[in-house]
Amino acid sequence: MPKQTFILNGKPTTVDVHDDVRVLWVLRDLLGVTGPKYGCGINVCKACTSHINGKAFNPCSVRVGDLAADDHVTTIEGLNDTVGKDLHPMQEAWLDRDVPQCGYCQPGQIMAAVALVRKVRREGRSIRDSDLDSIRNICRCGTYTRIREAIEQGARHM
Amino acid sequence: MAKDLGVPLEACHMGCTLSVSTEPDLPAASGVDRRRFIGYVIGGTTLVAAADLVAPVGSANAAIPSIPQPAELYDLNDLLTQATLPTSNLISIAVHEDGTASFALPRMEVGQGITTSTAMLIAEELELPVGKVKVTLAQARPELLFNQLTGGSNTTISTYTPIRVAAAVARSALLDAAAIALGDAVENLVARGGVIQARDGRSVSYGELARSAASPSTKRVEVKLKDTSEFRVVGVGHKRVDARDAVTGKKKFTTDLQVKDALPTMVCRAPTPNGTPKRLRNKAEILRMPGVTHVAKVDTGIAVRAQTFGQCIDAIRAMRVEWNPGPVAGLSDKDIVAKLRAAELPMPSLPDNPLAELLEADFLFYFRSNSAMDTNSAIADVRADRATIWSGLKSPATAQARIAEALGMSASQVTVNVVTAGGSFGRRLFFDGALEAAKISQAMKKPVKLMWHRADDARVGRGHPMTTSRIRVLHAAGEVLAFQQSNTSVETDFRHGLGDIITAMGADLPAGLGNLGFAETVFALTQEIPYNFGVVLQTLVETEERFNTGSMRNIYSPDTRCANELVVDQLAKKMGKDPYEFRKSFLKNDRVIAVLDKVAQAGSWGRPMPKHMAQGIAIHKEYRGVSACLVEIDCRPQTVNRDIRDGVGGPRVTKVTYAIDVGLVVNPRGLEAQMQGGINDGIALALTSSMHLRDGHFLEASWDNYFYTRQWNTPPEVKVIVMPSDSTQPGGAGEAGVAATFAAVACAYARATGTMPTYFPINHREPLEFKVKPFVPPIPQSPTNGLKLTY
Repeated sequence: MPKQTFILNGKPTTVDVHDDVRVLWVLRDLLGVTGPKYGCGINVCKACTSHINGKAFNPCSVRVGDLAADDHVTTIEGLNDTVGKDLHPMQEAWLDRDVPQCGYCQPGQIMAAVALVRKVRREGRSIRDSDLDSIRNICRCGTYTRIREAIEQGARHM
Repeated sequence: MAKDLGVPLEACHMGCTLSVSTEPDLPAASGVDRRRFIGYVIGGTTLVAAADLVAPVGSANAAIPSIPQPAELYDLNDLLTQATLPTSNLISIAVHEDGTASFALPRMEVGQGITTSTAMLIAEELELPVGKVKVTLAQARPELLFNQLTGGSNTTISTYTPIRVAAAVARSALLDAAAIALGDAVENLVARGGVIQARDGRSVSYGELARSAASPSTKRVEVKLKDTSEFRVVGVGHKRVDARDAVTGKKKFTTDLQVKDALPTMVCRAPTPNGTPKRLRNKAEILRMPGVTHVAKVDTGIAVRAQTFGQCIDAIRAMRVEWNPGPVAGLSDKDIVAKLRAAELPMPSLPDNPLAELLEADFLFYFRSNSAMDTNSAIADVRADRATIWSGLKSPATAQARIAEALGMSASQVTVNVVTAGGSFGRRLFFDGALEAAKISQAMKKPVKLMWHRADDARVGRGHPMTTSRIRVLHAAGEVLAFQQSNTSVETDFRHGLGDIITAMGADLPAGLGNLGFAETVFALTQEIPYNFGVVLQTLVETEERFNTGSMRNIYSPDTRCANELVVDQLAKKMGKDPYEFRKSFLKNDRVIAVLDKVAQAGSWGRPMPKHMAQGIAIHKEYRGVSACLVEIDCRPQTVNRDIRDGVGGPRVTKVTYAIDVGLVVNPRGLEAQMQGGINDGIALALTSSMHLRDGHFLEASWDNYFYTRQWNTPPEVKVIVMPSDSTQPGGAGEAGVAATFAAVACAYARATGTMPTYFPINHREPLEFKVKPFVPPIPQSPTNGLKLTY
């Protein structure tokens, strides 16, 4: 079986698995990294949202064979390390606003929020209502109101 | 093993456990002191405490022109609470040598926040910081009978007193032990923050007292609960106790658990719901596929176990299976509507009044899905002589009995661990995943981690049945003489009973008779017209039991309330009255009037709105709580016709003002969160989310087909007002946000468009806004273009 190598949460990681297995299953089923959640497997619910080289991506829709050895994959478990703290400012905001209910979608929500803030910064602006409306991560508990509040708060400390 | 996984086991295995048995202290002389209870510190090296609560249930008996409906006098929560009384003595709180307390809650946390509110109740009476109270979920405990069902918004109502009594007995035993340790009388000691202090300043911690507080023999103890005016924790907003785990990815759901050899497992299902497999034609080929270890036929389909779920998906898509069609093969929405129409009973006769006018309305509510983010899943390890199950279960004792029956074992051979779940919305009252996982593990002779694909969870999972609601109102001279509402519905499955096997069997009597009785009871105990509308009658007929249904958040109330609040608006219009003023003048209950007034004022009822935009106002009363909702909706063409990729725009609710009075509030932050969630549910029911049955298939297969409220639909402005209450008893919170919102959105939509909608959701009959995914193979392949979509 091919050896797949990439950098997971800052650590070079190698795993024996066929090229076409999606990264989500490599993370969850083979490496035991369960922060990214399964919610659809077809890149519409966004519960598995993680980062690749600092940008949001959905590991349910990427073959592990398409990762390069120097690709940095960051899951919710490694988000805090990107700022060298116990918690990323977005996680702090999530706690302050007491966003989670069941919590299942929240790792993906937070990873999407961080990427969204970075994206609008690259565009030289701050978060608008229309940016919040564009977030595709579904939350069946309906925590949307607090998610919106937390993103604006987290962005101020990023 | 389970303990290492963070799966809750027994609470009282170390230190001291206080078993509190409480019974109301009702000596004739003392009159009614509802704060005094008897508890038991049960003998042993550990303290065990239990509670005998046979408290009278309060009833309302205000003088009102309409004869009280059953739900006013005795609602579903009275039934659920009384059902728990005989066994509430079997719950216990443990105090440990590390100074923490623990409690295995015989309920299910699905996001509604009951582990947080329970920790707060214990912290309050035990005088311990909330952070030192560990609340886990109890395993299936059949001896609890009716006391292990999570439903009907009943958790806090039914456990509020027993849990506090247990904590108070624990505090009392600790104070007794401290009196000896500190050489001072109990009345001179102060317990605070897990430390007991004497007058001279010397102190001893709960951890130090944990052993000495245990009693060698069972002791009867009288305790007095705190007065609500003394509360310091209860009533003050507290963040969720599991929030940090949730935001760091550490919170474990069933499929996150690592159980040895429990490899990923999925099921290939029939193209029509509840179809059954005849045979797999290419088993050898499937077994040769990468990662695949086992294939087995079970009654629900062909199961495959592999190294990864992705390889299960590949295998399912490659399977060539011959099927027996399911029982609704070939049927469509229109066939079921016709069946409901045929089952509708004639409305009863109305009072004979030649001057009266008749107002009639007829509504249709399509099928809806209660699929949660966390699909049906379970881990099962079935051996020859025993079985262990891990799953998110709201009726674990019924699940245990049914699984044992399916495996040919006794219930005592089946251990059922309850795992926190990613949402429920009624779905987890049943145990479809756990039962299926057990059968698969038995067939494969291997542990399995079963996960339903989203497409199965959406198409084959349970949902809210299709329902019609007919209303007739007789009115004359500004008075309502009679109000009749008759619902006719596809059966709502209540075969989980009250969480125990006895009532579950009762609900499973032949020909649906048992379930119908259950459904009628739930309907009668939850539905109520809270207006002075003369002769009021609400009835339910259920028919058609071939669908996978169950309670969906707030069961009958959202549809029923939506229908009758739309008619209330029609009545107001006929009488030339403002909808808010009309409601205010006809409402029976001061608490309902108070929440109505609150939203009208806080939400600026009656403010001018642009063309195609409007306000809607509605109320709801249930589960000992009352609520009112004022929404503003934007139905302007540029909003309705927004282009949303893989989703629907449609009218946008722009602002919601919601007032809730549930009586005593344990955790206002948790209550606010529940209302916000309920608001999004109500919006989805009114505008966007439904299941289409076509040619024997439910079409919706994922979140790009089933349009639950998304960020582009959610109101940018939401204000939840928790009403102050001098009540000493809590009401139900988990479902209280849905019905009034659904009704208010419908009323606002009617006003903005000038047309009262008669079916829901309002977009159901538009051309389908998605491309239907195939039924063979039953699940879609994962895309591979994710790296092109980064941001």
